[in-house]
Amino acid sequence: MAVVADNRVADSLRDAFIAALLVAVLGFFFLALRTEIAPGGLALWTRWGLWFTAIAIVFVVRLGLNLFFYKANRPAGAGTGRAAKIASKLPDLSGWTGTIMLIVAIVLPFIVTTFLPAQQRQFIDLMILILTYVMLGWGLNVVVGFAGLLDLGFVAFYAIGAYSFALLAHYLDFSFWMALPLAGILAAFWGVILGFPVLRLRGDYLAIVTLAFGEIIRVVLLNWYDFTGGPNGISGIPKPTFFGLEFGRGEGNFAAVFGLPYSTIHRFIYLYFIILGLAVLTFIVTNRLRRLPIGRAWEALREDEIACRSLGINTTNTKLTAFAIGAMFGGFAGAFFATRQGFVSPESFTFIESAIILAIVVLGGLGSQFGVVIASVVMIGGMEMLRNLGFLKGMFGPDFDPVQYRMLIFGLAMVLIMVWKPRGLVTTREPSAVLKEKKKIGADLVAQGEGH
Amino acid sequence: MSVITQETTVDTRSSWDLDPVLTVEHLTMRFGGLVAIDNLSFNVGRGEITALIGPNGAGKTTVFNCVTGFYKPTEGRIVMRHGPGRQKETVDAVTAGDGTWASSPEGAVFLLERMPDFEISKHAKVARTFQNIRLFGGMTVLENLLVAQHNKLMLASNYTIGGVLGLPRYRQEEKEAIDKAVYWLEHAKLIDRADDPAGDLPYGDQRRLEIARAMCTQPHLLCLDEPAAGLNPRESAELNELLQYIRRAHDTSILLIEHDMGVVMEISDHVIVLDYGVKISDGSADFVRTDPRVIAAYLGVEDEEIEDQPEIASLVVEALGEEAAEQAGIEVPANVDPAAVAELAESSTAEQPRPGRVHPGVRPGGMSQPREQGADRLTIIQGIGPVNERKLNELGIWHFDQIGSWTKEEIVWVGSYLAFPGRIERENWVGQAQELARKNKAGDGE
Amino acid sequence: MEYFVQQLINGLTLGSIYGLIAIGYTMVYGIIGMINFAHGDIFMIGSFIALTMFLVLTSVLGFTFLPVVLLIVLIVSMLFTSAWGWTVERLAYRPLRGSFRLAPLITAIGMSILLQNFVRVTQGARVKPLPPQIQGGITLFEGNTETGAMVVQLSYMQLIIIGTTVVLMTIFSLIIARTSLGRAQRACEQDRRMAALLGVNVDRTISLTFLMGAALAAVAGVMFLLLYGVIDFYIGFLAGIKAFTAAVLGGIGSLPGAMLGGLLIGLIEVFWSGYFTVEYKDVAAFSILAIVLIFLPSGLLGRPEVEKV
Repeated sequence: MAVVADNRVADSLRDAFIAALLVAVLGFFFLALRTEIAPGGLALWTRWGLWFTAIAIVFVVRLGLNLFFYKANRPAGAGTGRAAKIASKLPDLSGWTGTIMLIVAIVLPFIVTTFLPAQQRQFIDLMILILTYVMLGWGLNVVVGFAGLLDLGFVAFYAIGAYSFALLAHYLDFSFWMALPLAGILAAFWGVILGFPVLRLRGDYLAIVTLAFGEIIRVVLLNWYDFTGGPNGISGIPKPTFFGLEFGRGEGNFAAVFGLPYSTIHRFIYLYFIILGLAVLTFIVTNRLRRLPIGRAWEALREDEIACRSLGINTTNTKLTAFAIGAMFGGFAGAFFATRQGFVSPESFTFIESAIILAIVVLGGLGSQFGVVIASVVMIGGMEMLRNLGFLKGMFGPDFDPVQYRMLIFGLAMVLIMVWKPRGLVTTREPSAVLKEKKKIGADLVAQGEGH
Repeated sequence: MSVITQETTVDTRSSWDLDPVLTVEHLTMRFGGLVAIDNLSFNVGRGEITALIGPNGAGKTTVFNCVTGFYKPTEGRIVMRHGPGRQKETVDAVTAGDGTWASSPEGAVFLLERMPDFEISKHAKVARTFQNIRLFGGMTVLENLLVAQHNKLMLASNYTIGGVLGLPRYRQEEKEAIDKAVYWLEHAKLIDRADDPAGDLPYGDQRRLEIARAMCTQPHLLCLDEPAAGLNPRESAELNELLQYIRRAHDTSILLIEHDMGVVMEISDHVIVLDYGVKISDGSADFVRTDPRVIAAYLGVEDEEIEDQPEIASLVVEALGEEAAEQAGIEVPANVDPAAVAELAESSTAEQPRPGRVHPGVRPGGMSQPREQGADRLTIIQGIGPVNERKLNELGIWHFDQIGSWTKEEIVWVGSYLAFPGRIERENWVGQAQELARKNKAGDGE
Repeated sequence: MEYFVQQLINGLTLGSIYGLIAIGYTMVYGIIGMINFAHGDIFMIGSFIALTMFLVLTSVLGFTFLPVVLLIVLIVSMLFTSAWGWTVERLAYRPLRGSFRLAPLITAIGMSILLQNFVRVTQGARVKPLPPQIQGGITLFEGNTETGAMVVQLSYMQLIIIGTTVVLMTIFSLIIARTSLGRAQRACEQDRRMAALLGVNVDRTISLTFLMGAALAAVAGVMFLLLYGVIDFYIGFLAGIKAFTAAVLGGIGSLPGAMLGGLLIGLIEVFWSGYFTVEYKDVAAFSILAIVLIFLPSGLLGRPEVEKV
């Protein structure tokens, strides 16, 4: 026994040493050395302390993990059993869980304003942001989760929605409520236009072409000065009104009409309820679509396209509807984004947005609407939390800016969660029709699309 | 042995020629230089079970893919008919025009080679299954059958709009769709598995589910690609039962590809035999099983293949009679000595020349006997076995250079004479022979 | 005419860089069928290592003989970047091998974000300039300046880039064609499971593929640094997408195809900028990608795929 233990210690030490060595190699040009612009060219700084700290941390952590965590000869990243079990018990949103969550979502802004008045704006802003991503996630879920079409350019439709409203407001004085349906329709229209030529491509190719389309749209928005304002974007986009009432100070505005004391928070709460309403609409429609023939055809398409064709399903049209409906919800969300910001510019619609939305859908578990909610809360909420971690400044000194690390940690989280749970958080599929007894379908049976 | 001398021309009074649901005419399919199907014509009779058989690589699945629109045929016409009779005038009218189909007094006529795959299922009502089962594995059995009723349900849901709004018409139609699914589940003996994912079913159940799913599209013609492959005897029996039921209770015609001769002979009304993309026999099961060309085609395959296909051996035995087979040392289904079988088949076919049989093309010239250095071993050429060597010798062909100098016309003639047209080109006998002749010459020179 | 020739040379230079990156995409896609989205960022890492190494050699160690400096920079950058390529594969892709198709693509995107922001945090977000190191060139032909014609020049820099690319392409083609590693790679491309059954060390082969891809991306990074003289943490994204476009254009899985695609994309971009508008040069490249994929899905040199039913 002693020999085995010794072996383990020796192996662990060796493993930790290799890991530390690797960090030393990888980090040498990035941690130990730093180039900085200085008068007369570039200057070279050294940061040996940082480098050695990183090496030491990796050595200690790796050693600790090897000795105390991976007791047996298990490789790193294998301990997922328990988490998987918990995740598979996650409920279905259309049942009572959904109702409870909806009630919580409705009550939440009032709880926040009552109990956290100091941070109410910040909280409500965060909830609006999360709900926007939930809605975008549900929209993209139709394309990627149901129909199995990998779309890396979803942000294009978000941008089209936002710019549709911005341009309609700018040139034609449209109000939010007039522009909202148009934004959705325009986005869906563009979904069809862009989708038609590319939908016969295989999975990865489709992904890269949609990515290219996303970039094309952004570059056009960036360079078409006369119409879109180029990099300056469009500002002065009107805020939504409450049945014609504006959220300002003074006579005839929302607060005055309802006899409330004026507060800027009213508008935020109103925006919150608009996006909540839009998200609920998205949920109801997509959930219903799933139980309709079109939704079943989407899922069948994801499972086996050739079999679909042999059953008389027009796969091109079916894919196009998925693309258009996903784009439509992206367009709605875009219009909402424009009105919330009051300003749009191409900078908001970079590839990274597409990646975030896709990550939410995949991390949540493809095709799972509940998973999208969890993933949005975790990813977006978590990312915003980093802004507020003032105590880290105390640990790393006043120069430490946690916001800088947001995307770094976001990327890391994407990798770690995927390696930990490649199928996402919610891994079971709900059947869309039941004869006698509803049984959940394990993820190992469900295809991910384009797998033929 | 009298069966061997049977007339090989097609009986034009057969039921499938009088009332064909599907007519394939002059179908040719090329992939690059490879000719997978060459000028193939056949009829599938209405309400009948038609089997398409042939050795591996004979082009059976390619025929299916052409009929169901997954491949666009290089040449040829594929006519699907709803309603009785040949409907010749309507067929001619559609062919002359640009359309894909037309209704006729008797029903309707569809030109499948002009239609995309999904429309063939949707409008022409031809359903199919696949050799490697293609189910929606992550969806339940019931869902699989509902997907098959997609077009009907789409209409009922007003192309989704009515469905999203929850209109009663859709709910009613969905209930009917579920009833129909239940009907087929009961007949496929799958009703207890309705809510299980299709990917969880055992193999035999998956085969029957795929057939049930195809039947949910209410097809006039059901194309089954090796439905019995990989089934155990019990599953095979269940499958037969389902197919017989479909034929009995529904006016669905069935076209099937099958390797299992037991299934073929038991349930088919009409058998078509393909070899290397060419039809070599067409007729009733009894007719085909005794057709010498079928036997020759099966025996022409390489030695290894024949051992892999016990059904061929059984076919030979059936054709020659048990006694003759035993004399020749054929034990079924034990290992077959291909050479012996070949000799046997040879002796029974060649000695009784078919009356009035004229081969197309030009007969190549021969010599009454080999040159003085002796005949070449023609079996060195890949594709020529001992039987063919002897048949060629009978023609007066003894040497590589003789084969090497064959013209196109002569190749056609020899192909017909040896009863496997197309193979000489495919296996490039001429090229091989030229190479061998060149080597011979070089050897002489030294 | 002179303008055209000059643009042609510029296009070939840029195309060589894209081609070098594209080889990494095409090899990885060929062997494990995934788009290594982080590959563009590996190129960026190579570029940063080259910049830092250059400064270490010139300002700390006081080397002045440029050819030696460049050679050392190239080798160091290739070595260290390979280590990055290997680590990325080991940590982010290998655990997901055999998992469902989307997972590695998502980790690759995550890895791309991670690498970009790692460099941003450790090296700063501002662009890093490097003064031009290699100046001068060969004047191919001199137009008559009075008639408005211009001088066509092949700079030494461009010569080095094109020359290095040709040499490396030859070496890597030989590796793939002749060595046992190349054989193992091709075997894994055909059928990974079968290759494993026949005793090919699949994990090692894939790791080496990533190493080779990263080494070539490092070369491209060095070239990019020397050619443009400015780099930042974001250069990998666009260059990566364009290189992937090049790989697809040439027919993914094909090494000569990747090079050809790279050259074509470089030419298209340069000519578009030269004759139309600079702003829409990316649109041109992406549109070409879409058009090629729609009409020629297997690329220029790829094998066409027959749909199996």
